[in-house]
Amino acid sequence: MAQIGSYALLLALALSVYCFLAGLLSLIFENAGLERVGESARRAGIATSVVVLLAAVVLVVAAFTNDFSIAYIFHHSNRDLPGPYKFAVLWSGQEGSLLFWSLLLAAYGFVLRLRYKTDPRLFAYASVVLAGVQIFFLSLLNFAAHPFAVMEGNLPADGKGLNVLLQYPEMVIHPPMLYLGYVGFTVPFAFALGALIMKYPGEKWIHITRRWTMVTWGFLTCGIFLGAHWAYSVLGWGGYWGWDPVENASFMPWLVGTAFLHSVMMQEKRGMLKVWNMWLVFATFWLAILGTFLTRSGIISSVHAFAQSSIGDWFAWFLAITFAVFVFFFFKNKNHLRSEHKLESLISRESSFLFNNLLFVLLCFVVLWGTWFPKISELLQGNKVTVGAPFYNRVAIPVALLLLVLTAVGPLLAWRKTSLESLKRNFLWPTIGAIAVAVFLMMTPSSWGAAFGLKPWVDISYFYSLMAIALSVLVTLTVASEFYRGGRVISGHTGQGMFASMVQLTHRNTRRYGGYIVHFGVVVVIIGLAGAAFNQDKEMEMKNGDQMNIGSYTLICRSFTEDENPNQYSQWAILDVYKGDKKIDTMTPVREFYKANQQASTKPDIRSTFKEDLYLVYEGQNEKGQPIIKAHLNPLVIWIWIGVWIILGGTVLALVPNAPAPVGVSVPKPKLVEHAAPAVTGD
Amino acid sequence: MESKPILRRALQCVLLCLALFAFVGAGDPAARFGALGHQLMCICGCGQILLECNHVGCPSSDGMRNELTAAVDRGDSDSLVQQAFVQKYGPTVLAAPPTTGAVNRAAWIMPFVALIAGFGIVIFVVRAWKNRPAPAVADGLRPIRGAELEQFRDQARKETDL
Repeated sequence: MAQIGSYALLLALALSVYCFLAGLLSLIFENAGLERVGESARRAGIATSVVVLLAAVVLVVAAFTNDFSIAYIFHHSNRDLPGPYKFAVLWSGQEGSLLFWSLLLAAYGFVLRLRYKTDPRLFAYASVVLAGVQIFFLSLLNFAAHPFAVMEGNLPADGKGLNVLLQYPEMVIHPPMLYLGYVGFTVPFAFALGALIMKYPGEKWIHITRRWTMVTWGFLTCGIFLGAHWAYSVLGWGGYWGWDPVENASFMPWLVGTAFLHSVMMQEKRGMLKVWNMWLVFATFWLAILGTFLTRSGIISSVHAFAQSSIGDWFAWFLAITFAVFVFFFFKNKNHLRSEHKLESLISRESSFLFNNLLFVLLCFVVLWGTWFPKISELLQGNKVTVGAPFYNRVAIPVALLLLVLTAVGPLLAWRKTSLESLKRNFLWPTIGAIAVAVFLMMTPSSWGAAFGLKPWVDISYFYSLMAIALSVLVTLTVASEFYRGGRVISGHTGQGMFASMVQLTHRNTRRYGGYIVHFGVVVVIIGLAGAAFNQDKEMEMKNGDQMNIGSYTLICRSFTEDENPNQYSQWAILDVYKGDKKIDTMTPVREFYKANQQASTKPDIRSTFKEDLYLVYEGQNEKGQPIIKAHLNPLVIWIWIGVWIILGGTVLALVPNAPAPVGVSVPKPKLVEHAAPAVTGD
Repeated sequence: MESKPILRRALQCVLLCLALFAFVGAGDPAARFGALGHQLMCICGCGQILLECNHVGCPSSDGMRNELTAAVDRGDSDSLVQQAFVQKYGPTVLAAPPTTGAVNRAAWIMPFVALIAGFGIVIFVVRAWKNRPAPAVADGLRPIRGAELEQFRDQARKETDL
């Protein structure tokens, strides 16, 4: 089994080297009739995908057949590991996850090379770049982190088992989603570098790249939030985001990728920001690799980090080489990236995109700075400084609030320029609505719930929460007004109801209205995040019949017990949950001990409502063997997960092709051109 | 002319609000314990905030929490509590860089310097673009400006309207 895997990896490396060299030769000597060489390179790229898939299948089969002669399987699996987690073995350790990365890159390459007829020359360049990246990962797998290394000496009877924190259903899908995001950014980078090298005429490459970027962005978004949900549901500290370096590593390419998805519209619509977009695509790819470097090198300490190993050096060299290649071609061909139009006004859609990009990139810088600062401080002053959540909350939240302002304002600004009159007309009612909600939240009694009775002068976190909610209302109202105005126009022409008109409107410009739905999803997520200012927690040793009060809940310990299965022992507390005199639920937080690796883990029990989450953790036992229970009351958390679904829905919608506009519908001249302008001028 | 006093008044209000935020703080011991506990790290190596450390069998967090409770009950000031923890556990016990020392201050200042510089650059770029001459027009073609340009814009809007 190990030999099949090893040979598959070697063959894949040879094929990808051929794909790279033959593809490169056919492009360099384009006029020398090397079309067949180019075609063979494309086919070698497809064959690489198949062979890498074979290697990955071999590793998974080895996990299922308990082949502990393979060291990786011994270290990350055991006989009693449930079936679905044996799939997760593929990405649970360093070597396997690198193979998984290579597999996903192969899958993206497979699709790209099959769709080459869209633009054969551009796709040939992109294929060569992808092959270059694939060579790096396959070299790593063959020479530095071999997943098929065999055990020496007597074969062990059983493996060490999978990390207990990974034994959770979401862990079967969180890493693949995150990796699909990370790896996927290689494709826009490949197209961008290809377009730069060949001085691609026109903006077609950016249309192709944008769709790939949106798909990748969707995967990364999904992966990040699945990770947050996993942390919330498994780690038992009551939160979902800890600003850990590895979390930051996933957030940085997401921020820059989001900036690119916005600024790319400037290039498509106005032929502007070509240089900036090129750098954003490169930075997104580079940050995704940098994140992997952070995780693998051990240079930054993190709870997620893999063991420190020499592959950090490989990544450092790869980062340096990609940077050098990109910078070389950028300076060689930068004259090709001149803007086609000039900017006419500071109050315009173009300016809002510039500020939007500034804030996204600044947020990325804050995260990068915070992640690296412990290392910087150690180098400069000899002692390491911790940069944790308090730093990010103080620095990043104000920037995020500014971004929320732009989310509200940007879509209603016209391209080229917007008059003050138009601004007033578009923003008066949404602004009044947002202020009214803020005043309402301040005036209401706090007994109504977490977001009510907000006194921003009591605590800075309340101020941030109030601002976040008020700005979220502003964004929601501006989005709603866009749907309403567009729907009204269609309704006026077709006589359909308003809802049907808005659906038709969305079908006719899916990208734009899908984008608005994404914005609305972001708002819902932010409302969920704003609830964190009102979190409460309490800890208590509880024997049978003991009672704990938190918020409006009363918890009574009914019993505590133990259980066992082949994989683990577990300790449970059984708590009845009352609201007033009425029993509303029974909750069972649990602590588990895994036999194979002798590790313990707490699994909280969470009762989610639209208002708040009651989150119970079995912290441990006192000396009498009674459970210690920690209860968290986390308001509005469920809105984060709902918001993510809305974001993903909007992303999928934006990928759907537009429905054709009905023929023969006459459009009367708008009474006020500027009144219609924001609702009609593209994305 | 009237806008200046209004602007000044608005600025005063903003400063007053900022001052309020600077001087108000959590007063009761439980709130202080919560606030201070979220500014300290557990030093066992788990990388978690002290009050969020929950890993099974942590050798450090219980003792540190007890020390924090005692310090809050004694009425020690926030800075005194933080100093005591730094002396005992080292500077990594603070969850965010302190504001002493040039390097530590840089941690806080740099993002805002970047923000200001970024805004400056964007405004500079916008102005430069505004002042840039319109893209060159091929020989023999007359550039379209003024009312004629508005007419074409109007036509474009009509043709792309819903």
